[in-house]
Formats: sequence, structure tokens, C-alpha cells
Amino acid sequence: MKTGTQALSALFSDRTSLGCFALLTGVALVVPVLNVAVPESSPLHLSSYVVGLIGKYLCYAILAIAVDLIWGFCGILSLGHAVFFALGGYAMGMYLMRQIGTRGVYGHPVLPDFMVFLNWTELPWFWHGFDRFWFALAMVALVPAALAFVFGWLAFRARVTGVYFSIMTQALSYALLLAFFRNDMGFGGNNGFTDFKDLLGFDLQSDGTRSALLVATAATLAASYGACRLIVGSRAGRVIRSIRDAESRARFLGYHVESYKLWLFVFSAVLAGVAGALYVPQVGIINPSEFEPINSIEVVIWVSIGGRGTLYGAAAGAILVNYLKTYFTGALPELWLYALGAIFIGVTIFLPRGLAGLMRVKSRVE
Amino acid sequence: MRVAASGGWQSLWLLLAVVCLLGLPVLVHAQTDDDGFRTVVAEFANANFREKESIAGRLIDTGHGSAGTVLTALRDGRFFFRQEDQQAFIVESIDESLSVYALVDPVSLEEAGSAEPDELSRVITNNRLRRFLRIAIARFSLSSPDSDIRIDAVKQMLRSLDAASIELLRERAGEETNSSVSYEIDTALALGALDEENESSTRLAAIDTLADRLHPEVHNRLSAILERNEDGSFIEGDEDVRRAAAEVVRGIDAARAFYAVLETVFFGLSLGSVLALAAIGLTITFGVMGVINLAHGELLMLGAYTTYVVQLAMPNHLDLSILVAIPAAFVVAGTAGVLIERTIIRFLYGRPLETLLATFGVSLVLQQFVRSVFSANNRPVVTPTWMSGTLQFNEAFSLTYNRIYIVFFTLVVFAILLMVLKRTRVGLQMRAVSQNRLMARAMGVRSEWVDAMTFGLGAGIAGVAGVALSQLTNVGPNLGQSYIIDSFLVVVFGGVGNIWGTLIGGMSLGIVTKTLEPFAGAVLGKILVLVAVILFMQLRPRGLFPQTGRAADDV
Repeated sequence: MKTGTQALSALFSDRTSLGCFALLTGVALVVPVLNVAVPESSPLHLSSYVVGLIGKYLCYAILAIAVDLIWGFCGILSLGHAVFFALGGYAMGMYLMRQIGTRGVYGHPVLPDFMVFLNWTELPWFWHGFDRFWFALAMVALVPAALAFVFGWLAFRARVTGVYFSIMTQALSYALLLAFFRNDMGFGGNNGFTDFKDLLGFDLQSDGTRSALLVATAATLAASYGACRLIVGSRAGRVIRSIRDAESRARFLGYHVESYKLWLFVFSAVLAGVAGALYVPQVGIINPSEFEPINSIEVVIWVSIGGRGTLYGAAAGAILVNYLKTYFTGALPELWLYALGAIFIGVTIFLPRGLAGLMRVKSRVE
Repeated sequence: MRVAASGGWQSLWLLLAVVCLLGLPVLVHAQTDDDGFRTVVAEFANANFREKESIAGRLIDTGHGSAGTVLTALRDGRFFFRQEDQQAFIVESIDESLSVYALVDPVSLEEAGSAEPDELSRVITNNRLRRFLRIAIARFSLSSPDSDIRIDAVKQMLRSLDAASIELLRERAGEETNSSVSYEIDTALALGALDEENESSTRLAAIDTLADRLHPEVHNRLSAILERNEDGSFIEGDEDVRRAAAEVVRGIDAARAFYAVLETVFFGLSLGSVLALAAIGLTITFGVMGVINLAHGELLMLGAYTTYVVQLAMPNHLDLSILVAIPAAFVVAGTAGVLIERTIIRFLYGRPLETLLATFGVSLVLQQFVRSVFSANNRPVVTPTWMSGTLQFNEAFSLTYNRIYIVFFTLVVFAILLMVLKRTRVGLQMRAVSQNRLMARAMGVRSEWVDAMTFGLGAGIAGVAGVALSQLTNVGPNLGQSYIIDSFLVVVFGGVGNIWGTLIGGMSLGIVTKTLEPFAGAVLGKILVLVAVILFMQLRPRGLFPQTGRAADDV
């Protein structure tokens, strides 16, 4: 059995992992410099808009890794991971709303604007504590984890598997979508949260803060990737893969299949929540449309295009598809859904292992 | 038989001849009638309130069919004279937002062009005249040969009874021969009798008459008897009357509660039929092929759009278009289904999760296709006249025809589907493939062909369901999206691949949703249902009727 240091050193001797880390470090170093230090007149200058986009893509990459961890390695197809992403985003959004303070439209020192608008007189109980950053951070992880634990415990214990599980996760995201649309839930109804001012005292509109957020996102992505690699490379990771390939057999061999699935699912939900928390300050808004069932399905698309069961493929798929989406929705908006649909059909039929699979085949041929 | 038939023809000819002979003078008479009526109508132009009363009386005396409409228009302030030629007109709607009034001729009741409001002068009325008109109109409607109009007139009068209307109804009660009209008149008279002070026995008899009446007016009036003054004493002095009224109110409340439950159940059944209809195609394709079709919602949408296109193609036969749309939608969606199966799904057998994703791609393409062809806006689909309206059982219970038809339609579709699966060769092969694909192939079943047929059948039924949906919701590119999750829940709840499970699952989810709605509201109700299904999966992870045997292991 490998010890922790051995596992870590294995991680850093793995060429793909090293490549990923190097690439992310490069992005984290170069992008802020090109944005802040290079003058706007220079052709090398990156606008803040592009920095924001890259940050957004990296958040999606974390989410994709979270989905790949459970789908690619354990065969759990969650069509509801956008829920955990959105919950993490809402937790961060609540902190950012509390930071606005008296600078809101109504200038109320404690209540966010939408509560004043709804004639609420005091803060609902679940909003307490969100004025402190550490509390919000804890909630970013704990809320998705709690939901994933309860849902997963119910589902896995009853051996709800395969398509049934996927459909139940869709139902979950639909239920939460409807719930968050309600004004009396206390989460801003269909407008959600926006007009954020600052994070830990730093102005969210400034280039410096944006770059710092980008670096934080890249670091989190690297850390998530590393953590997932460690998990799937460990002994538990092999059990997890055996569950994917033959669940009943793993159970008969004496492994507690439900616990493995449950903890992996909870961890994946936490990753998704963290991705959401990084996403919200960079895009500046969070609303119930993040819960849309179609979002969760899109994440699965990214993973399968990139190559499921590879982690780096999932991240690359997320970035690639979202880049294409930005491009198509700007240049040829009416073609975007055709393109996405076609890519999706094409990849599942012709590239069952995704782009990563394509690369692997090529290197084997060489 | 032949003799009888020819005899029938002869008498028909004879009848026709008589009608023609009699009809000629009738026509001539009608002509003069119209002229006379028009002269009387014209008198309104320069009359004071008193004179208007007598003119209204004479209008009724002409016995002309349009009298009721003219007087109603007069009462509602929709009766005008055009300033330039002193012609009388009725205006259908005098809504303030209208800049131009549509005019109707008061004699023929046909459309007669339009005019701006300041080109017209209104024939004004006062309270006294309006009261007079109300009774006059009621009298006119009560003498109508059509019993429905008479019933409506009595119901109208029930709402605000006064001495004059009671008098009128009493007059009418003696002549009335139709039992439904008499029933309504009795109700009104009993309500009137309640107001007669110091006549305990009359009032008790009236309460007795009202015991089985579910009209809201009856309930209000009887409840008023039970109310107390501010000092706690009863408004009603007579204790017997009070006790009798209390008993009747209790009875009415119970009856209403009963009908409310009945209505909820029926609403639930109709919602459930929609859900089941939408889900049934899904469960067939899953049961036979192990394919979860995420493009199913878009096949529903194709069916709904087919309804729209058929309606455009036959604008003069809107009532028939929906009947044509049903087979058309089956063919359109079914063909789309076969195409999807042949070009995409057949490459993905045995990989249910991948088919889920590929069909999702198909759904995106279909949605965008519809957006490109029909635009992103909702398309209007007309409800045929025979499907609109309500079936009124009594004052507290009525059902809309479109819901009744949909429940009925769902059952018919299910029956046909069961017939196809149990009684036809294709159905036999489908069942064989779903039970054991390899063995079926070994026995000579062309499983590929069966797959294509199955998918086509599932898709075709989705198209038919789309026709039904087009009558209930907006036909737009998102129609499929809004039903797909519900359909999946029904399938999962009922047990994937089980047709009875889908029917029962759909109906139970429909009833539960409609039962929860009054307490929890539509959105929270839906959330509760979703949570309930998630919890239900704890008890039965594979639905109400799980698949058993070998097929169950593959999922």
C-alpha cells in the first residue's frame, strides 16, 4: 500500500498530471500579466472581459472534473450536478449580498435590497452568519455536501441505480429550480442576487481582483484535479472502479459499495459547490436558472466530449465546449443548438471515449 | 321496408309543399315585422325616460326576436344613435380602450360597420328605467321557446330577487311545463318566501324546498339566517326556522364538499391522463429497447406543431382538423422516430447512458429546427367548438368538455396500444425481443426491424399525445421541455417498461398533484410531489411494477 508521500510523488511523476499543472500555472501567471501589466494599446493585451471568460471556463472545468469523478470512475450518472454548483454559488452570493451593506438601492444596513422590496423587516434565520467570509466558505462546502449526503444516502441505500438515479437527479434539480423561483424562499426569487460590490474588501470590478480570482480558480482547479487523481489512484479508487464495472460483484466480495458511492458523491458535490462559489463573483450574478435541468445535462456533455474517466479530458471538454458556445452564440446564434446537438450525437457515436480517447488511440498507433 | 321508405318520402314531400305554402305569407309577415320593429326602435331617439318605458313595452309586444338583445343593450348602455343619420345601433363592447366601436344592426343583429365613439350618441337610462328593463328583459326571456334561455333567465333573477321579479316568476310558474325550468323557478320562489315575515309555516316549507339546492345564492341566504347580531342574539327570531336552516346548510355544505372532492379527483384524472399519454411512448421504447429517449419531449412538440399545420391547411374545417391531426401527428412523429432510430440509436444499443446523451443532442436539434421553421413564438391552436364548453351536472359540479375528452382519448390510446402489443404479430415480436433479444433472434425475429418499429410506435404515440397537449398548453419550442421531466417521473414511478404502471402512475401523480395544489399552491405542490417520488423510490427503487426476470438485470 502506498503511503501519502508516495502517492504524492507518483502524482508529480505522472506526465499528464504534470502537464496539467504546468498548463494551469502558465495560465495563472500569464493571463493576469497580459491583463494588468501590458498596456491596452498592445496587441498582447487581454481585456477584462476575456479574463472573466477564462475564469468562468476554469470554474466549469472544476464542475466537469466533479462529474467525471463519479461518472467516469464510478458509473454514477448525475444529471443534477448543476444543483450543487448553484448551491455553492448561492452561498457565496449570500456573503456578497451581505457585503453590499448600505450601498444597496434602499441603503438598508442589514437587509439585502430584495428583502426591503418584499417588505421584510428582519433577516431570515438562514441568512445569519453570512456576513463572515469563513462562515460562507464553510457553507459553500457544507450545504452541497449535506444535500448530496441525504439524497445519496436515500438513493444508494435503496439501490436506485443507472437511469433511475439519473432521472431522480433531474427531478431534484427541477424541484430546486421551482423552489428557488419562489420569492418567499428568501433567495431573491427569479432575479436571484446581483450588483455585488466587493469580496473581502476588494472591489469586484477592478482588474486586480478579477486576476486574483482567476489565479484562485486555476489553483483550485489544479488542487481538485490533484485530489481526484489521488482518490482514483488509491486503493479505494480501485474499489470505486470495480463498482463501476461490476457493482454486484464488488458487493459480493465484501466491499461496502454504498459507502464508497456515497462518500465519492458527497466529495464530488463539494467540488461542484466550490466551483459555483468561484463562479459567482466572476460573473457577478446568480439566479435560479443555474438550477435548470439542461445545465446539468450540458456538464455531462462536456465530460463525454472531453473523454470520460480521464479527468483532464473532462476539464478540457468543459473549456472547449464553452469556448465554442461563446463563439457560436456571438457569431451564429441560431446555429448554436444545431452545433451542440450535432457535436453531441457525433461524439457519442464516433468517439465513445471522447477527445482524450482520440489522442490515446493516436499515440498508440504511433 | 321498401314500401315504408317510399311512403316516408311521400309524406316528406307533402310536408315540404305545405311548409312552402305556409311559409310564403310567413316571410311576407316577417318583412313587415322587421319594418314595424325598426319604427318602434327609432322612437327611442327623442324620448324621455317615461316614454322609453312604454317604447320598451311595445318592443316586447311586437314579439320580434331581437327585442331582448336591444333591451339588454339599452340597459347596459350599449345602445346608440348615429348623429349624422339618426340610425340606431347596438355596440358589442364599449370598453374604454377601444378607439372604434363595432356596430350591430338592432333588427337583423348583423354587423353594420364601425364608428368612432364621438360620432354616436348614447340612449341614456336612469335607475327606474333600468329596473323596468330588467323585469321586461326577464319577462321576454321567460317567454322564450328555448328552455335553456328560460333557465338562464331564472338564474339571473335568483341573484337579485325583488317583489316585481317574484311576482313575474309566480305568474310564470303556472304556465311552465318544462321540469328543469320549474325547478329553478321553485328555487327562486322559495328564496322569496323566506323573506315573508311572520309566516313560519311558509318559510319552513321554503327551507324544505331548498334542501337539495346547491346554488350559491341559496347557501348565502340560509347562512344569513344563522348569523348573530353584535350583541350575540340571533338576527332571526324564529327558532324553528333557524334550526331547519342550520340543518339544510349542513346538508349543502356536505354535498358541496363531496362535489369538491369529485372535482379534484376528476382534475387529477385529466392531468394524470395527459402525463400518462406523454409518458407511454417513453415506457415502450425503454421496455423493449432499453433506450431512454430524452428527445421524447420534442416528439410531443412535433405532434403539437402538426396539429397547428393541419389547422392551417384546412382553415374552413377547424372542427374537423383535430381529427385529421391525430393520424397526421402519429405519422410525422413516428417517421421522425424511425429516422432517429435508424441513424443514431442503433449504434448505441447496450449503452443506456450514452443513448440518453445522444437523444439529448437530438432534442436540441429538433428544438432549434422548430425555432427556425416556426419562429420561437408560441403558435395559436384553436380548440374545436365541440371540445369547448362545460358539462354542468348541478350548481356545484361541472366538468369542461376538453378534459373529459382527454381522459377518454387517453383510455382509447391505451386500449389500442394494448391491442397492438397483445394481438398483433408486431406486438408479439416486440414482446419477444423485450424478454430475450438473443432468443428472439434465434427464432427468426428480425430484431433490428422490431427495434425500428418499436421506436416508431413510441414516437408516434408521443405525436398523438402532442395533439392532446396542443389543446391544453401553448404550442412552442419549449413544450417538450416542460413535459419531459413529468413524463420521466411517471415512467419511473410506474415502473419502467410497464404500460399499466404508466397508466396508474400517471393517474396517481395527477390526483396527488391536484389534491395538494389547493393547500400548498401549484409550485410547492409540484415540489412536494417530486420529493414524495424521491422518497417513494426508497420503498420501491424500480417503481410500482418493476420488471422481473432477465431483462431487469440489464438496466
